[in-house]
Amino acid sequence: MTAARRADGLIQVAVPTWIYLPAAVGTLFVIAPLIAMLFAVDWAHFIPLITSESSRAALILSLKTATASTLVCAFIGIPMALVLARGNFPGLAVLRALVLLPLVLPPVVGGIALLYTFGRQGLLGHQLDLVGFRIAFSTAAVVLAQSFVSLPFLVLSLEGALRSAGAGYEHIAATLGARPSTVLRTVTVPLVLPGLISGAVLAFARSLGEFGATLTFAGSLQGVTRTLPLEIYLQRETDADAAVALSLVLIVVAAVIVIASAGRRLAGLR
Amino acid sequence: MSSVRVDARLDQRGVEFDLALEDGQVLAVLGPNGAGKSTLMLMLAGLLRPDHGRIELGATVVSDAAAGTFVPAHARGVAMLTQQAQLFPHMSVAANVAYGPRCAGQSRSASRATAQHWLGAVDAAHLADRRPAQLSGGQAQRVAVARALAAGPQVLLLDEPMSALDVTAAPTVRRLLREVLGGRTAMIVTHDLLDALAIADAVAVVDGGRVVETGPVRQVLASPRSEFAAHIAGLNLVAGTIGKPGRLRTTWEVEVFGTGEVEPGTAAIALFRPGAVAVHLDPPHGSPRNVIAVTIAELDVRGPIVRVRGIDQPDGGVGLAADITTSAAADLDLVPGKTVHFAVKAQEVELHAALPAIP
Amino acid sequence: MKSLLGPTLATLSVAALLAGCSSPQHQEITVFAAASLQPTFSELGSQFEKDYPGTKVTFNFAGSADLVTQLKHGAPADVFASADTANMTAAVDAGLTAGEPVNFASNTLTIVTPPGNALNITTFADLADPGTQVVVCAPQVPCGAATEKLEQATGVRLTPVSEESAVIDVLGKITSGQADAGLVYITDASRAGSRVESIPVPESSSAVNTYPIAVLAESANPSAAHKFVELVTDPRGQTALTAAGFGSP
Repeated sequence: MTAARRADGLIQVAVPTWIYLPAAVGTLFVIAPLIAMLFAVDWAHFIPLITSESSRAALILSLKTATASTLVCAFIGIPMALVLARGNFPGLAVLRALVLLPLVLPPVVGGIALLYTFGRQGLLGHQLDLVGFRIAFSTAAVVLAQSFVSLPFLVLSLEGALRSAGAGYEHIAATLGARPSTVLRTVTVPLVLPGLISGAVLAFARSLGEFGATLTFAGSLQGVTRTLPLEIYLQRETDADAAVALSLVLIVVAAVIVIASAGRRLAGLR
Repeated sequence: MSSVRVDARLDQRGVEFDLALEDGQVLAVLGPNGAGKSTLMLMLAGLLRPDHGRIELGATVVSDAAAGTFVPAHARGVAMLTQQAQLFPHMSVAANVAYGPRCAGQSRSASRATAQHWLGAVDAAHLADRRPAQLSGGQAQRVAVARALAAGPQVLLLDEPMSALDVTAAPTVRRLLREVLGGRTAMIVTHDLLDALAIADAVAVVDGGRVVETGPVRQVLASPRSEFAAHIAGLNLVAGTIGKPGRLRTTWEVEVFGTGEVEPGTAAIALFRPGAVAVHLDPPHGSPRNVIAVTIAELDVRGPIVRVRGIDQPDGGVGLAADITTSAAADLDLVPGKTVHFAVKAQEVELHAALPAIP
Repeated sequence: MKSLLGPTLATLSVAALLAGCSSPQHQEITVFAAASLQPTFSELGSQFEKDYPGTKVTFNFAGSADLVTQLKHGAPADVFASADTANMTAAVDAGLTAGEPVNFASNTLTIVTPPGNALNITTFADLADPGTQVVVCAPQVPCGAATEKLEQATGVRLTPVSEESAVIDVLGKITSGQADAGLVYITDASRAGSRVESIPVPESSSAVNTYPIAVLAESANPSAAHKFVELVTDPRGQTALTAAGFGSP
């Protein structure tokens, strides 16, 4: 048997042959449902199904809200990641654990929590309502729900990148005369850009697929709050073909995002 | 450029420094690993804050624990060079060198011109458009020197800049530093004697978080007072107390005769060159020589000479060394573990008062 | 031959067990029922288990369309009770049922508001007032279909802020004070008790959802299944349904 080679030409010594079997099983496990979907689609009516008014509205809304929530995650996530990676104060470890909470919470639970915070009678929602900011049933509520569940992805990815980059370059920049804001802008962020981008891509993908928190917190109305996952959930009731067709659209969009980001991540690692 | 005065203490790292540097002077800081040399650099740069004491750069008090003053790193005008060049990987070489001037507010074109000038000064002008990943170690370190100088610092700190370079690159960078550091206030931490001799005006020896010895380079290396300096200077050092004049008694009851006026009763050191030592298998009789029994730790062949180094002295001092010819070593059939006798004439031994003990 | 004794005894005991299980005393049935039937059917299930000791009734409450999908994909069940005739027709067309479905109840809509009825809603037309945040079911679900019929009957077009996929989510938005008003089944309103205020809609009689029930073709215990259907349609079942707010079939 010829010895297997790694990508750099060296002989592969760490992957025993039997490993390929469970790996293949695992791959099939992931791919089989996707293939099943391809067989389930009503190809004859595929285009009309996915270009119907409600489908288009749902897809556009999903893309808009996922983009908005990714931006929100970046604005608040970058400072959070910086503090978690570089900060030094009592309770830091607890703060990090709390920040990661949305990762383990069932999304519906997240939605309920958001309801009691930003809902009409919620902790903050009540005050905002009095001032005229009504979040309930608005697209803003969708963005809030998506941001809540996606934030940990961005923070986690970026914090990891900041830790491995280390503070060495930042110290040099300071001795050369750069103020903290300048160091941040010219040295810290550029060096962790790959980590930031892959974190943002993960956050975007998570936002795109968000369902439970949106349903509980934002409601469901075409063009306003009914994102693609919610549209699929509704179409299930009467038109299974439409549900399957839209599911395929969501799968394809997600696959495109993942593949595009994987290529970029490999380039950034070099 | 400006002078440097440090009188500061940082308990977390167990250091307490008291030293001064004149304007335009280059100080070499020698010391064993873990002595606190890097801590000293970080305190001067403004990356560490002392618990007690003051640090002054020129007329400015950059750190005063009692008054609560602390000038941050970016406002001190202290540029640092480290073992790894640490050029910003996402910028070109020219952009790296222009970084300091840009931070100081120079326009893009002015800072580019400054960068060009300094790259020329370090003979790296042809590397301007390359990325740091494309440079060799020596090239990167030269660019790092240009980057530090382009920032127009008051004081330059160099933390073992040649340590990571191979034997061909190190001399080039050393020569460069000798050229560009002339007239600048700078501090260079080093293990290498050559650096001290080639670049520095004065030497400070740091051990256990304290400055144990300072002085002009040649003086300290010719007559070191501390273990480490002696080691670096390649001299043998035996510590003890002066009993009768001209006689030093070690803590393990060996007497060493030497020249030099030292008060009886004071702590003292005896210095002698390895080349002045003869090695005998049995204690030689009938000559006015000092004889010390030494168990061999290792034999080091250096061309026609063999350096015989003994195990550490009973009081913890570095093992004594003797330089003999290879034929003599062969005749004596020397092996590590064998006990031999070092003999050295009293005229070859200098006695000096020891440095005050570290509190 | 000793070696055959063990296996023989084992086979005999298993046979005895199976024989015992085929008597009505040890029967289990699974009932798929629309979510709105939960309290009533649970009660009837306990009644059934008392009437026939040794039987066990397991329920699966969900949206009617969901239940049909599960049945189509092979979920094992004995009885199906739907919240509207459309979904039962889908089940019949898919060959899932045995015999004719029987209508056993009906449900109509009512307006609910958070306690206090802050906007003082009294009629269906009030729901269309600008500034009123109304939540309804989406047209694709039975209660949403009824809502549309109601809109047609009254001539009032609603502009809801949300169209939910499940009536329980509509109720949830009212009880949490998120919306000003919503349209749910009378049975949901009575279940919610003091957590909501109900405002009856006279025109609701023109938008009635009829609930059919049927024994399933794949049932493992058709006799027990039929007995359950009987319980639902006989006076005891009907009393329970009426008490919950359901109308006559």
